[in-house]
Amino acid sequence: MSQTFAIGIGGAAGQGVATPGDIFALIFSRRGLHLNAYNAYQSIIRGGHTFLTIRTGVDEVRSMGDGIDLLIPLNQDTMDRHLQLLTAGGACIYNADTIKPGAAAEGVQLCALPVSTMADITRNKVAQNTLALGAALSMMGVGFLSLESVIAGQFGRKGDAVVKENVDLARTGYDFASAHFKPFDKPLPLTGNRYAVLSGNTAMAMGGAAAGVKFYCAYPMSPSTGVLHWMAGHGRKAGIMVRQVEDEIGVINMAIGAAHAGVRSMCATSGGGFALMTEGLGLSAMAEIPVVAINCMRAGPSTGVPTKTEQGDLWQALGAAFGDFPRVIAAPLDIGDCFTLMHEIFNVTDKFQCPGIVLCDLLLSEGRLSVDPKLLDFNPKIDRGELITSNGDLSHGEYLRYKFTKSGVSPRAIPGLPGYTHTVASDEHEENGVLISDEYTNNTKRRAMMEKRMRKMVGIEAMVPPPVLEGPKDADVTLIGWGSTDGTIKEAREQLAAQGITANQLQIRWLVPLHGEAILRILRSAKHTIIVENNFSGQFARYLRSETSFVADGHIRKYDGEPFMPHHIVNAVHDQLAGATTLSVPTHEVMV
Amino acid sequence: MATLNVVAPGSIAMADFKGKVDPDWCPGCGDFGVLAAVQKALVELQIPNHRVATVSGIGCSSNFPGFINTYGMHTLHGRSLPVATGLKLGNHELTVLVTGGDGDGFGIGCGHFVHAMRRNINLNYFVLDNQIYGLTTGQTSPTSRVGMKTKSNPYGNGDTPVNPITLALSAGATFVARGFSGDQKHLTELIKSAIQHKGFSFLDIFSPCVTYNKDNTFQWFRPRVKKLEENAEYDATNWVAAMEKATVWGDEIPIGKFYETTEIPTLEQTEPVLDDMPLIERELYIASDIAKKFVEELM
Repeated sequence: MSQTFAIGIGGAAGQGVATPGDIFALIFSRRGLHLNAYNAYQSIIRGGHTFLTIRTGVDEVRSMGDGIDLLIPLNQDTMDRHLQLLTAGGACIYNADTIKPGAAAEGVQLCALPVSTMADITRNKVAQNTLALGAALSMMGVGFLSLESVIAGQFGRKGDAVVKENVDLARTGYDFASAHFKPFDKPLPLTGNRYAVLSGNTAMAMGGAAAGVKFYCAYPMSPSTGVLHWMAGHGRKAGIMVRQVEDEIGVINMAIGAAHAGVRSMCATSGGGFALMTEGLGLSAMAEIPVVAINCMRAGPSTGVPTKTEQGDLWQALGAAFGDFPRVIAAPLDIGDCFTLMHEIFNVTDKFQCPGIVLCDLLLSEGRLSVDPKLLDFNPKIDRGELITSNGDLSHGEYLRYKFTKSGVSPRAIPGLPGYTHTVASDEHEENGVLISDEYTNNTKRRAMMEKRMRKMVGIEAMVPPPVLEGPKDADVTLIGWGSTDGTIKEAREQLAAQGITANQLQIRWLVPLHGEAILRILRSAKHTIIVENNFSGQFARYLRSETSFVADGHIRKYDGEPFMPHHIVNAVHDQLAGATTLSVPTHEVMV
Repeated sequence: MATLNVVAPGSIAMADFKGKVDPDWCPGCGDFGVLAAVQKALVELQIPNHRVATVSGIGCSSNFPGFINTYGMHTLHGRSLPVATGLKLGNHELTVLVTGGDGDGFGIGCGHFVHAMRRNINLNYFVLDNQIYGLTTGQTSPTSRVGMKTKSNPYGNGDTPVNPITLALSAGATFVARGFSGDQKHLTELIKSAIQHKGFSFLDIFSPCVTYNKDNTFQWFRPRVKKLEENAEYDATNWVAAMEKATVWGDEIPIGKFYETTEIPTLEQTEPVLDDMPLIERELYIASDIAKKFVEELM
């Protein structure tokens, strides 16, 4: 297993956890290191408890990991909650004026900063943060110069005086630590690589922009709002119309309107907003207007836990809107995939003129990951499907918007062209768009139109790749996950391998269509299957069973609001292989 | 696409706007008159049918797009305005008409109605107001009068009716008018003014339901409606006067243009993204130098 180094910074909301977090992230990525960051926070603007974990290393860092090497508590509460995460070789840097250390494990270095003697705390309320930042980087063996340049970038817009004050403070902390604290055993490595650091929300917004999205609208809802923020901040430069709208019903319907005009259009929300969008998704399917809706899942039901993660909306997505209609549903596997998935799903929805749903979750939406900048490709292959955009030969017969075809796809004329006027309809209709719902009800036509629409699923299934098994073929255990659990399961597999248990992994990215036959072929030869998911009822396990009749040997589920840590899965696999249980619900040991 | 807009003067006729099927409204329904007036207005303005989009919700009057030959969208109950907003922003060179009833617009869709007016997007919203739910066979609507007995309120409606005109004025609509299906000539002129107005045009149209509303019939309206245009002293640029006039209801019911202002810019004018071309004509890919900067921000 590769070496990583994890920092935990905690405090009350408003105490300034984010800024040192951003600075650490920049320093790591500029040293050519990978990183993975997760912020456990609460739905409060001031107060409460926020705990940011940033984990870095030379190789890809797939999860937040299991513990931390350095703790920076900005208040007593954080010291009390998190000191237990440190093991021998770890360190805790804290303000000795205001925080009392607890009982640390043996070999943990308690680094007390006499903050009031180092800074004018009556003037600078967050002096302790910058002092700790300087001290930490000294102990990690990072040269001061790199910190100085990041501080200049971070505080530059607040003026030279603020930059100088913070550089001086960091220097004081840095020198104090050099003189008084023992450095970490291994200095932070340095490589020649350069990475981009981004959240899943930023990745989905950029992925949409790269896919050619020209219309984005949203109603703010945690944890999806980051998509709106990126779009709002970059839309004018990118030629994208970005609107904040009255509610999610307005959002989905506006997106459909713009999509009908002929532009790629996208929206993002969380479970509650998605619930409001569902009737609109049915309109998208019935009128055959492609649109992509992102659902950044949070712990539900109802208002639920707005700042905590869950994979609890699978059945909502599967059953979104009444009636039967073709749809695609995909769950990105990691933050890099949040970018890549967008153009892929748009190509499917455009080609098959149906709604697409992206099931992301808070872990990816608000987590941060380093990725190779080459992955952020703004020239992906774009397939807009059968679109009539110029009048060409006007001698064509009556234009049939919903023409019966073998594929179920009827060429789509963009409004504004002469010779193609037609009405798209949310009522059932015939080939030319005329309603057959009221006066001209016709069961033969209704059946034919249903079959035309549903035929599209055949083409969609052929376009979307089936999942593949990763890892040794004859492994002791097969872990099955979907979406955001990918990295944590991978890391758990590495830990299991080190302990003599071989594990392979079937991670599902495309949920609809599922490729049930291909999955069955893989799982039939598995020795012991365990489904890992972040929800109570085993939503994916139930879905898999409904589609394939496959019943897994065991389940690992978590629904406390926090994501899995690798050891949660490792311990559960041990229990289940020993026959102790078939359902493990790991406890999140730390209260965050 | 601009070359496609060129048409010989006078070449657009009523036949160009005839829908694929004839309306299935009840004989004598007020909606026939509105449909004819809209078609007439488009002919008189010589707007080719392929440059017009008609977007509706659900209800008797919302079947409108199927009965007129334009690019039509028959959407969800109450959602015509957001769909039309998206369509207009996707291609703001189209003339976008939004049609529907009082239940669709002032009941289930009332939230969108208020916000669409705040945006001052250049849509033309025509509500075919019959003060009843027709397609669901006669229930109370948001504009039904107090005391009106319907299947859903057999003892009489107790809720104060929505006043669409004062609501539109207070929400910031920049063109507010009321028409009557029984006065074709006047209605056609109002529709033409609404289409020509730059910004959100709201037109509440009395379109009597001959089957379920026995109170507000053509015969009831005819002696009461009084055209604002016939009052030489009425100033339709005066918002306060418009508010005052909008509350008049009884023996005299004003119709005509209550208010119009051109001082507020439209959404399309204030959105720089729409400055040089409609969204639909933009390059799919973002310029590489801009895309490069987006990635560099993350490093």
